[in-house]
Amino acid sequence: MDRLTVSQLSAGLRSGKFSSEELTRQSLARIEAANPSLNAFITVTGEEALTAARAADRKLASGNAGPLTGIPLAHKDIFCTAGTLTTCGSRMLANFVSPYDATVVSKLADAGVVLVGKTNMDEFAMGSSNETSYFGPVRNPWEVSRSPGGSSGGSAAAVAAGLVPAATGTDTGGSIRQPAAFTGITGFKPTYGRVSRYGMVAFASSLDQAGTLTITAEDAALLMEAMAGFDARDSTSADQAVPPYSKMLDESLAGKTIGVPREYFDDGLDPGCERAIRDALDVFSDLGAKITEVELPHLALSVPTYYIVAPAECSSNLSRYDGIRFGYRHPDARDIGELYTRTRQEGFGAEVKRRIMTGTYVLSAGYYDAYYLQAQKVRRLIRDELMRCFEDVDIVAGPTTPTPAFGLGEKIDDPVQMYLNDIYTIAVNLAGTPGISIPCGFSGTLPVGLQLIGPHFGEATLLNFAHRYQQQTDWHTKTPPPVSNDGAGE
Amino acid sequence: MNWETVIGLEIHTQLATQSKIFSGERTRYGAEPNTQACLVDLGYPGVLPVLNGKAVAMAVKFGLAIGATIERRSVFARKNYFYPDLPKGYQISQYELPIVSRGSVVIRLDDGSQKRVGITRAHLEEDAGKSLHETLKDRTGIDLNRAGTPLLEIVSEPELGSAAEAAAYMRKIHQLVRYLGICDGNMQEGSFRCDANISVRPSGDTELGTRTELKNLNSFRYVEKAIEFEIERQIDVLEDGGKVVLETRLYDSDKDETRPMRAKEEANDYRYFPDPDLLPLELDQALLDSIKESMPELPWEKEERFATDYGLNPVDIQILTASSEGAAFFEASAAGLAGNFELAANWNKGELRAALNRDGLTITDSPVGGADLNSLLRRISDGTISGKTAKEVFEAMWAGEGDADEIIEARSLQQITDVAALEKVVRQVVADNPEQAEQYRGGKQKLLGFFVGQVMQATGSKANPAEVNKLLRAKLDADEN
Repeated sequence: MDRLTVSQLSAGLRSGKFSSEELTRQSLARIEAANPSLNAFITVTGEEALTAARAADRKLASGNAGPLTGIPLAHKDIFCTAGTLTTCGSRMLANFVSPYDATVVSKLADAGVVLVGKTNMDEFAMGSSNETSYFGPVRNPWEVSRSPGGSSGGSAAAVAAGLVPAATGTDTGGSIRQPAAFTGITGFKPTYGRVSRYGMVAFASSLDQAGTLTITAEDAALLMEAMAGFDARDSTSADQAVPPYSKMLDESLAGKTIGVPREYFDDGLDPGCERAIRDALDVFSDLGAKITEVELPHLALSVPTYYIVAPAECSSNLSRYDGIRFGYRHPDARDIGELYTRTRQEGFGAEVKRRIMTGTYVLSAGYYDAYYLQAQKVRRLIRDELMRCFEDVDIVAGPTTPTPAFGLGEKIDDPVQMYLNDIYTIAVNLAGTPGISIPCGFSGTLPVGLQLIGPHFGEATLLNFAHRYQQQTDWHTKTPPPVSNDGAGE
Repeated sequence: MNWETVIGLEIHTQLATQSKIFSGERTRYGAEPNTQACLVDLGYPGVLPVLNGKAVAMAVKFGLAIGATIERRSVFARKNYFYPDLPKGYQISQYELPIVSRGSVVIRLDDGSQKRVGITRAHLEEDAGKSLHETLKDRTGIDLNRAGTPLLEIVSEPELGSAAEAAAYMRKIHQLVRYLGICDGNMQEGSFRCDANISVRPSGDTELGTRTELKNLNSFRYVEKAIEFEIERQIDVLEDGGKVVLETRLYDSDKDETRPMRAKEEANDYRYFPDPDLLPLELDQALLDSIKESMPELPWEKEERFATDYGLNPVDIQILTASSEGAAFFEASAAGLAGNFELAANWNKGELRAALNRDGLTITDSPVGGADLNSLLRRISDGTISGKTAKEVFEAMWAGEGDADEIIEARSLQQITDVAALEKVVRQVVADNPEQAEQYRGGKQKLLGFFVGQVMQATGSKANPAEVNKLLRAKLDADEN
């Protein structure tokens, strides 16, 4: 089964090799075949997709098409899409039909993409395995007994399995990059503020950032050109021009420098992953880049810092789910106290409740200084350390995750082990910098992700590095074995 | 024992912006429930707040007016609590770093003395919606029209020593925000309301007593009465050997008493933290400069100018400058009346206010404008009509019969000031009443009034009374000789 990139499909659509309707039908058919075993989609918007595809075909015929016109695409179910369900992977929003489109959704629609459905995710994006979804875990197409990572696991699995050529995701602590690494695709998290958060259901507002899950860095560049930009409806969005990323991919890496943090290679790193990462660094050397060691002495503090800041913000962000105006409401409450309690008890899953409680605790009178304020100070320290690296190097590189995809059920009962899986990705969110995970080999039969980190608004640089690497290697072209319809029983 | 009262006020002023503080939704009062609440106001998933720059400018205006520090960097924080009319489960407010801090205003007390009252801070925040318990049977309705309406919360130092001082302070702030045009001051609609923190202590003590908080006082009279009641209550408790409980109380205006609110509303930990959806608010010098340039004349500046320009007494000045609209009206009505500004002051305080009150109008709705009144006053001043006739003309103007000159003309109300003509009438009247003339000359001086009345009758009340008096005296006294 072929799995073409956005750029290849775009060329095919323009040359009339196939129509958007054909592509869309193919995508819908693949979803129908694979979803029972992968559980990557919560909602499939078949009818609307075909209507949009036909409109795209008319546009293509008229010669007014852009590079994304007619490309089938899936949105993580955290983006509000007018008129369709936006569940955020939660029982709380299982019945929520958004009255409006997120900025990301409307921008991509304006660029002509065809939305085929909404992908499964950890509940409210809180999870690293996709097991916290109210709609059941997503399965990793490389090995269906394994997790595709999270929280953008549905988007990652869908792209890896060739159900859609690209999907959106969000990344609060690694939720794009880690699933990309686990499923052997390219996952790009831009600088905080580069893409509008308007219409993206908030988890931790100071960390959340929308990005892409694609086969190649080139595809990420194409999507970013449509998604990025200032949005007056998001006060934290950056008022900076969007560079033509797809035109900046081929720059030579000769003389560029890559910093590799000493701390990334400790006992916790799987040997198979380490081997793949070191090989990838050699490829960059061959491309003319200079590899040097850098230091991030407070890296180990990033996980505990994150697990104070993110829960604090989420405890407040999720207060609006009270059963009053939308979403789940406990049907038999006798008074307002019971309405709140039962609605939230029943509407939220265990991990979400754990984080709300943690966040409520760290913001409480008497604990605020010791936890929240202290965490903010450490966050600043981690950010400064990373910034200092960029005084000497163009990008920082290392593993995306300490291990390849772990088994479903393996870590879900041990939150701390689960959280530690995000050790390499979290610092990037705390610092607000961009990061990308690209496939760089295998540990056993499972894909390994190489993470590249750039300075604030260094998107073009990161995509350039990633693209040059993908021109030199073929890891990103490796596809998982075909998924059988009863795949869950491997 | 002698007791000393310590009061601090928190005044919530609704800022007079067209749209809400964090959304583009309108803020019109009195709309159908939930017709002025957009997705941002409703706290829908994924929506984000965007700060209304007009509300910021209004807060800065207030800060400049009270001589406060305008913080170049202030921070919006979330105040977290659950309530059905609080859609997001948190209120966006300012906590540790407010936009305005450390200012003051001077209040004038009834005995004429003045007192400077410190203002700790003023911060921007959004209002919540309303829970409607009365209108729906066995249910609570939620109206979110008000959710997200911009408020400026003005917090005084605990420096007010009596209910009267508290009311005077509240009036002063009310006057100021209306002068600045940042609040319509409508207390019935809740645009201007206040909470009072009250404690008492033995005179001379330096430590504050335990305070109670009175919530949602929405008239000057209630503020005064509620605080008076609460002071008495606290003193009674203490004199009976009891202790004042730290609590929030509500004032019942029907019974004129305060009652504790339910205790469970007390135990809130609001878990304030900086709102990550809003960047810290940074004010640049250019913005501050432009706001400075747009500042109107402040009440105390106007008072000073009225004393210099019009030579009025302090009591009149207080009345005439109570609102900037009233002051502007006065100034229009007094134009060109140099030497006779008191006439304008009296008409503004008297006839004008009486007519407005009678018809339930505000000064901006007055059918007779400042310039209209001015043309009438000029006719009194130049002797065309008497003050008494002027009242008749004013009523006709009020009824829309035309301007002053038109009415005077149409009704032939010009005074007869032609001495020869008046002398003729006087001669006739004296000749027609020889008996009374005799008695007058015999010492019954008060009969002068009778003659004046006769002359006025004969002239259809158009004779200039002063002139008539003079001529009658001259005639009666002369005939005696």
